[in-house]
Amino acid sequence: MNLAEIKSDKWKKINKSKKERPEVQKYKDWEELSPIPISLPIKGSMGETGDWRTYRPIIKEGCNKCGICWMYCPEGVIIRKEDGSFEIDLKYCKGCGICAKECPTNNIEMVRESDIKDG
Amino acid sequence: MVEIPKDFIQKEENLIIKGNVAAAYAAKSARVQVISAYPITPQTTVVEKLSEFVDNGEMPGTQYIKVESEHSVLASIIGASKAGTRTFTATSGQGLFYMHEMVHWAAGARLPIVMAIASRGPAPPWNIWADFTDVLSQRDTGWLSAFCSSHQEIYDEILMSYKVCEDHEILLPKFVAYGGFILSHTSKPIIVEDQDKVDNFLPPLPDEDGWPHIWMDPKRPMMFGNLIMPSGFYQEFRLKIHDAHIRAKEKIIKAAQEFKQVFGRDYGNGLIQEYKMDDAEVGMIIYGDLALQMEDAVDYVREEGYKVGMVKLRHFRPFPTEDIIRVAKMIKLLGVVDRATAFGSQTGGPVSCEVKAALHETKNTAKILPIINGLGGREVTLEQQKNQLRKLVKFNETGEVPKDTIHGTLWDCLLEVK
Repeated sequence: MNLAEIKSDKWKKINKSKKERPEVQKYKDWEELSPIPISLPIKGSMGETGDWRTYRPIIKEGCNKCGICWMYCPEGVIIRKEDGSFEIDLKYCKGCGICAKECPTNNIEMVRESDIKDG
Repeated sequence: MVEIPKDFIQKEENLIIKGNVAAAYAAKSARVQVISAYPITPQTTVVEKLSEFVDNGEMPGTQYIKVESEHSVLASIIGASKAGTRTFTATSGQGLFYMHEMVHWAAGARLPIVMAIASRGPAPPWNIWADFTDVLSQRDTGWLSAFCSSHQEIYDEILMSYKVCEDHEILLPKFVAYGGFILSHTSKPIIVEDQDKVDNFLPPLPDEDGWPHIWMDPKRPMMFGNLIMPSGFYQEFRLKIHDAHIRAKEKIIKAAQEFKQVFGRDYGNGLIQEYKMDDAEVGMIIYGDLALQMEDAVDYVREEGYKVGMVKLRHFRPFPTEDIIRVAKMIKLLGVVDRATAFGSQTGGPVSCEVKAALHETKNTAKILPIINGLGGREVTLEQQKNQLRKLVKFNETGEVPKDTIHGTLWDCLLEVK
């Protein structure tokens, strides 16, 4: 996208409408780039960050569905299911352990990835 | 020589003010929306005056942010500019060095911030007087930079800067530098233009959408400044900054033309301003406050029968390479006067290095005599500038490099120990 086009409808669409925004923006060369690198909030803009994880959070049985882990997760990868229980999106969870630390009932366990047999 | 306009006395808005106050009036005329500043000699009176304006309601709608350091000055201005506002700040010497990290951030974010700089010599030894090493040391940060040589030019250049910087095809920040104390703390008559005229000259203030490339709006969330991998577009974004600098040249020329049409004051082509170069045999390239006095020196030496001329360098970034080549082809010998240092470089002076580099690929251009003078506010008298011109004339006639050069550079106005 060149600078003259930058205020065009195309650019506004990218900025304003989440639905019409392309998941990955492709550029032919440097002239097409916008003046600065910006990140738009799309899922996994840094790739599949689950690769970074050393410890995997595992929600054990007995979760009282309080939702504190869901609130604290800095990456927004804890997903509330319809029945109110929680699931962790392991494709993007970096394994920081904040959920396990904050869980008031100690129901989330951090397990080393190499100790998990199913991969 | 600068002529006082004939209608000076009649107009109410004409003022006799200090250079710093002229900078403050320029910010007021430009209707800047956010000012953040920290006082440092010799810039202090810029922000004092602006705080007065804001306090007594002369700048309605302007936010004045008090911060604890220069680093925070620019950090807060960057935030304000990202949100889509016209911003202004001012600093000097050590304050600018303290800002240095943020100086890169502002250019990297392509924010059209304008910063007035009352230049002062870097410490140690502690120095607060005119010396352009502070602004020239920010050479590679990606900011445009301009020098002013008169009080009126400070006011005018700040207005022109907003026009160039806020152009959607440029979007770069800019330094507007003038010699500390020599311009900042002396008073001269200047014309503060009608608000309507200025409003028409400048681009409109950014609307609620902000700048086209960066914005702060919870409805359209975006993030700027995160990590970019070596395989990402880092190099390409650097290239874009350079490309914007090169393209800024024509915008600067256009802004100067338009300025002349609207306000009637001539600043050459905006990048350089020639003085009596048409029939000159030798010439001087000079910038900042010393350029104004050099015009007088040229007049006097011409009276002695020597064809000398002068080129005032108005912009250091982008560097007016094409104009310098054109001038250097016209004559045989060019002196390049620096009131700044670039230690260990070919000539010792930042601008003379740049001029030499500009002429490197072109044949039949003038010889260069680098001159360094007036460091740390050292007085450079009219007589000394006349002597510099006479030395150039003699060098041109005899072909002998002046004997008092040190490492190929004429360090003029050194103290003589008796």
